[in-house]
Amino acid sequence: MNNAKDRYRTILGHRLFWPVAVLVVMLLANTIYRPGFLSIEVNNGHLYGTPIDILRLSAPLILVALGMTLVISTGGIDLSVGSTCAISGAIACLYISQAPDQNNLVTVFTALAMALGVALVLGAWNGVLVSVIGIQPIIATLILMVAGRGLAQLVAEGQIITINSGPFRAIGLGHFLTLPLAIFIALGAALLVAALTRRTALGMIVESVGGNREASRLAGIRSARIVFLVYVVSAACAAVAGFMMTANVSSADGNNTGLWVELDAILAVVIGGTSLAGGRFYLSGSILGALIIQTLTTTVYAMNISPQTALLFKAVVVIAVCLIQAPAFRAKFRRRGRGTPPPATPSPQQQKQEVPA
Amino acid sequence: MRNMRMSLAPRRAVAALAAVLLAGSVAACGNSDTGGGGEGGNDKIVMGFSQVGAESGWRTANTNSIKEAAAEAGIELKFDDAQQKQENQIKAIRNYIQQKVDVIAFSPVVESGWDTVLKEAKDAGIPVILTDRAVDSADKSLYKTFLGSDFVKEGRLSGEWLIEEMKDATGDVNIVELQGTTGSAPANDRKQGFAEAIAADPKLKIIASQSGDFTRAGGKQVMEQFLKAHPKIDVLFAHNDDMGLGALEAITAAGKEPGKDIIIITIDAVKDGMQALADGKFNFIAECSPLLGPQLMDLAKKVHAGEEVAPRIEVDETTFTQEQAKEALPNRKY
Repeated sequence: MNNAKDRYRTILGHRLFWPVAVLVVMLLANTIYRPGFLSIEVNNGHLYGTPIDILRLSAPLILVALGMTLVISTGGIDLSVGSTCAISGAIACLYISQAPDQNNLVTVFTALAMALGVALVLGAWNGVLVSVIGIQPIIATLILMVAGRGLAQLVAEGQIITINSGPFRAIGLGHFLTLPLAIFIALGAALLVAALTRRTALGMIVESVGGNREASRLAGIRSARIVFLVYVVSAACAAVAGFMMTANVSSADGNNTGLWVELDAILAVVIGGTSLAGGRFYLSGSILGALIIQTLTTTVYAMNISPQTALLFKAVVVIAVCLIQAPAFRAKFRRRGRGTPPPATPSPQQQKQEVPA
Repeated sequence: MRNMRMSLAPRRAVAALAAVLLAGSVAACGNSDTGGGGEGGNDKIVMGFSQVGAESGWRTANTNSIKEAAAEAGIELKFDDAQQKQENQIKAIRNYIQQKVDVIAFSPVVESGWDTVLKEAKDAGIPVILTDRAVDSADKSLYKTFLGSDFVKEGRLSGEWLIEEMKDATGDVNIVELQGTTGSAPANDRKQGFAEAIAADPKLKIIASQSGDFTRAGGKQVMEQFLKAHPKIDVLFAHNDDMGLGALEAITAAGKEPGKDIIIITIDAVKDGMQALADGKFNFIAECSPLLGPQLMDLAKKVHAGEEVAPRIEVDETTFTQEQAKEALPNRKY
């Protein structure tokens, strides 16, 4: 029992080793560039510093990546999350902006509930297109990606809705135990998803559907229902992320809220080790991936890399991360180095090992 | 279960329906303002206009001004929203060429890469008017005129105000800059104009400059890092109001007072920006007026009639200090 647990631990460490290494290298490089990079001080009773910024700013991406992980593990993909962020943010801000008292808690919660409700409907739409009608996920969600952006602008009438609501602002900027509330929201969502998928059989069922939908169905799993469900979960995560993004600047911008977040989320999932082919997923990896992406963005600003070179810099780092992550690539490198044939590819026990998030 | 066995026919039908829906949503963007179409009246001038997008309140005011002015001037407007993408704009312009509109006007998303499509318009004999943003084509005969703000001047006015404001300051004045979308004309020109102006005073130094993509979230995120990397920041120069508004939040969160501890200069003068200026959180705004519709329609008529027009026409603009903002705020249209 104990022995099995140890082995389990080493595998876990191994899988997350490279993403963690990349994150550490980036933080180290930043600290060398500016020794104060990792310093945290207390400001107005809150912790204040770049590491806190990274955590707070990556919270929306972590949320989106959580949903995306589940979708991808079924072999699907959800391109509409960015638009869902924009729509939910716009609806919440619109409702609050029209209320007589923007600081009223009831108003804010009604706004959140409404926006979340709409997001669930959008998720259900994606789910129906993919699971019931059988459209390929990339096409099905592309519809909402394109149309949703327009919908968000329609809701906001092409304007940036600025609000002045304390409770809503708190979602993006509030503090709890000296740390930004957004971190706790993302953490809470991660724990909830982890508990639902890894403490029950649900995670295994999702992976099984991703591995082979028809075989899972024949084995008695309601495949279509699972596929439907992951799109709804993805939309719900995106909606909460949208609240954070809009609360962060107290304004809803239909055009820019969550722009390209779907691509960042897919990247985070891939960096985390989840295969785009589906069949297994690693929530912890996706969270780490999101942190890496945000750290990369922050690095660009902190090192004052010129905007013209920033995109290239990011691309190079991302390619490096993805390559270094790939066992096949590392094996090739090892072989070249030693001039001997590579050892057998990843041990079979790694293939279908259950891993807690 | 049942869905797995769904027969092919309904599946196809629904897929087709979805395709139609998608096509409809795309077409709607292009055609929402076409009105009666080209065949209606031959004497009416038809203008094809490709807008950058609807990225800000400024842009919306710009769009509204053009639509209203077209209706007033009796010009039929075909309006297209490019959603910040050059390929969409090129597509829209090609469409206008095919539809044989009388005049094409557009606000280029980026400065470069327009030669081919402009050449096509020229070959088709359709005059092109650039609005708001310029292109860097070497061949100036590809377009009739450029109606827009002088972004270099906006940057220069901002810099000149700062020199005046800082003339009694001793020691270095540390400036951070929030640039607009990388590669866009306003970002390039405002940066250039500002840099040229402050070069006159050696104590004014730009210590950091990053792109905030003209958005509030972008401006805020960049400013947060600036504040941590540079303990002494005296001045923020933001290429538009929205980035400045985002930066305000970062400055407040850092425990500093915007407008006092850090002097903030922005460009545009949209309503939220003017409000911040009137509230004393901004210090200076150089206006970039979006209300160029009436001027554009006059130009379209002249160009259509074959009259010569100046190759560069400026939009009437001004600058605002905090006092002026308080006076002007009640009458702002956007």
